[in-house]
Amino acid sequence: MGLVMGAFSMQSKQVNYHTDKVDDDLELSVVCHRPEGLEKLEAQTNFSKKELQVLYRGFKNECPSGVVNEETFKQIYSQFFPHGDASTYAHYLFNAFDSSHNESIKFEDFVMALSILLRGTTTEKLQWTFNLYDINRDGYINKEEMTDIVKAIYDMMGRFTYPALRTDTPKQHVDAFFQKMDKNRDGVVTLDEFILSCQEDENIMRSLQLFENVI
Amino acid sequence: MAAGVATWLPFARAAAVGWLPLAKKIMPKPPVDKKSRNDEILFVNVSGLRFQTWKNTLDRYPDTLLGSSEKEFFYNEDTQEYFFDRDPEMFRHILNFYRTGKLHYPRQECIQAFDEELAFYGIVPDIIGDCCMEEYRDRKKENQERLAEDTEAEMATDTPLPPHSTHRERLWRAFENPHTSTMALVFYYVTGFFIAVSVIANVVETVPCRPLKGSKKDLPCGEKYSLPFFCMDTACVLIFTFEYVMRLFAAPSRCKFMRSVMSVIDVVAIMPYYIGLVMPENEDVSGAFVTLRVFRVFRIFKFSRHSQGLRILGYTLKSCASELGFLLFSLTMAIIIFATVMFYAEKGTKGTNFTSIPASFWYTIVTMTTLGYGDMVPNTIAGKIFGSICSLSGVLVIALPVPVIVSNFSRIYHQNQRADKMRAQQKVRLARIRLAKKGTTNAFLQYKEEGGFHNRDSDNALCLKNKSSFQHQHHHLLHCLEKTTNHEFTDELTFSEMCMTESVGYHTSRSTSISSQQGVSTSCCSRRAKRRAIRLANSTASVSRGSVQELDTLQVHKTSAGPQSRSSLNARTEDLKLNCEDRDFTAAIISIPTPPANTPDESLPPSPAIPGILRNSRTSSYTHETVKISSL
Repeated sequence: MGLVMGAFSMQSKQVNYHTDKVDDDLELSVVCHRPEGLEKLEAQTNFSKKELQVLYRGFKNECPSGVVNEETFKQIYSQFFPHGDASTYAHYLFNAFDSSHNESIKFEDFVMALSILLRGTTTEKLQWTFNLYDINRDGYINKEEMTDIVKAIYDMMGRFTYPALRTDTPKQHVDAFFQKMDKNRDGVVTLDEFILSCQEDENIMRSLQLFENVI
Repeated sequence: MAAGVATWLPFARAAAVGWLPLAKKIMPKPPVDKKSRNDEILFVNVSGLRFQTWKNTLDRYPDTLLGSSEKEFFYNEDTQEYFFDRDPEMFRHILNFYRTGKLHYPRQECIQAFDEELAFYGIVPDIIGDCCMEEYRDRKKENQERLAEDTEAEMATDTPLPPHSTHRERLWRAFENPHTSTMALVFYYVTGFFIAVSVIANVVETVPCRPLKGSKKDLPCGEKYSLPFFCMDTACVLIFTFEYVMRLFAAPSRCKFMRSVMSVIDVVAIMPYYIGLVMPENEDVSGAFVTLRVFRVFRIFKFSRHSQGLRILGYTLKSCASELGFLLFSLTMAIIIFATVMFYAEKGTKGTNFTSIPASFWYTIVTMTTLGYGDMVPNTIAGKIFGSICSLSGVLVIALPVPVIVSNFSRIYHQNQRADKMRAQQKVRLARIRLAKKGTTNAFLQYKEEGGFHNRDSDNALCLKNKSSFQHQHHHLLHCLEKTTNHEFTDELTFSEMCMTESVGYHTSRSTSISSQQGVSTSCCSRRAKRRAIRLANSTASVSRGSVQELDTLQVHKTSAGPQSRSSLNARTEDLKLNCEDRDFTAAIISIPTPPANTPDESLPPSPAIPGILRNSRTSSYTHETVKISSL
């Protein structure tokens, strides 16, 4: 009878006990990573000691464990683009940052990428961008990869844009890009084609200098 | 956006390089960042406890005090640090918020103090982390409830009536708070008495009395002495009706009053009587009429106006409505289940009591509440087994909601206790405040006497120094006010004197400063004040003769009660220096009362010209005199 009563009395509230997802997070956070020494990083990157210190403090504050996994990365990046969905692009970005390809960004990866993006030569920057676009890392950018990237970028815009987004806008954008970049019209863009085409474009060259003062 | 995200912004901007080759238009110019990129350590000194933090840490939240330029107001150039004169313990939590992005509520701190600190530093409490949010909310709600109770208690009962209240308001007030006036109290007790009488009469009239002569049967007393009982009942009902009508008349909102529980009880208590009056002496209806008499027992609920405990019980039951509902629901279900089971189990038995399922309800209820009358008992084995299961589960089901009800009762009861305690303490507090106020006003008048405004001789100068600069400034302020309004501070006694003189239209050749006071008193002339002033005038008559020309500062200890002659008054001035520290002294100046020249019944000396300012007088030397302490 007590069982029956118990079953009846619990009717008002459904109590669900689900397994903790925290356990997974716990594992990751237990793994701690410490970066290489300050001097070494200073030698490898174009940042001064002070800048590295500032960067690391910010990094460590956000990720006390010393590594960023893709979920966290997506969350952080999405916060900058609240209008749309930045998760796809963040995924590509994460892969571009994760130079050691172990599904996590350590401080060294972070700082190296920043060093290139902010203090590198134009060639290095363009190379980094090429790596970003080349999703499967085969050395060639084909139309599908480019379409994915462009779609991801347009996703970040969200639904409410002016003028309104049409379904073929990404495709048109990709076609224009290939028109410019694919010199030998073989349907793929190689690194050299890419760098050459970009160097020919005044606007791109000028814009590359814009982001130098970010840090 | 969360703070930590701000640290990732440079990275996101750097990653924008990836868009460049795809860009259709030219990129806009980046914003020029004027401030130096170098991170520096800031020193924050909070009441002596020095904190150090990076500037960037504080910049994470630019809409708070520490994150914005508002902190520059607290910058101390000499020590090169930001100084805040606030609680250092609390600041620790505030700073941790900047560091970790999560605000925690320290459990041992007072919730109001914490809120104040947050308000000071410009932090919105909504961002308290989930770990501490519940505790914070609970404490805050509890605090607010308590404050609401206190303000209610303050405002509600014992405040004096506004001066211009109608009869209706006064009546209502008398009904709601019987302690306010004697009449109300009397009425309160009278109604209580009659409620008791009525209830006892109801009870006693069913007791069997000795039968009438010639009859064998025992009669209930109600029928034997029907006339006395009827008279008593009539009297009670009359009083209750009168009370109800009065309440209805006095109620500020009649509709609301009629809907309230107490008024419903009142109506139900007196209705049977009136219905009985109008009902015809019909056999059929009289049965129903007898049933109506049952409602007379509701008169006992009228006691809840008189008893706080009953009211608390009522509130408790109301607030535990859900628990009671659950209890009832589960009991009902259990009753139905067990009754069904028992009925079918006992169906086969000959001559069984379990004739139907509703008939088994009675058995189930009696068993579950462990009453066990024994009028219905199972005979089959199955019946006995299920019967025992029934009684065991009954105990459990009933025991479950009881602690909730008990805790609710306890909470409400303690709330009530607290309210009563607060009321009592309030009186003490007010008395203390009044005393303190008197102290300051006395001090001010004393200050005036010592000639704080004029440069007096060195006798007084010593005394002056012993006062704090705060007091000096305060007194100066009061003096400025006097000069502004061209009026002066006096005490009640002098004021009433002036009232008296005003009323009889006495004009003296006084200095302008006195004439200013004539404007002060316009409306206070009560007989009592007059009588007091006259008594005072009489008593000072003997003393005033000699002190006509000069105003002497008299320093009298509060407790001293000896008679004082003129000579002794002079001698007292030496005490001025010595007793400066004594806070009990008051300024007592021989006041030259201004007796009216036209009133023969007041044998006062003629008033001389009074130079300077008229002061209040204090007569501690005259034993039958009431000692008046000056009050502003």
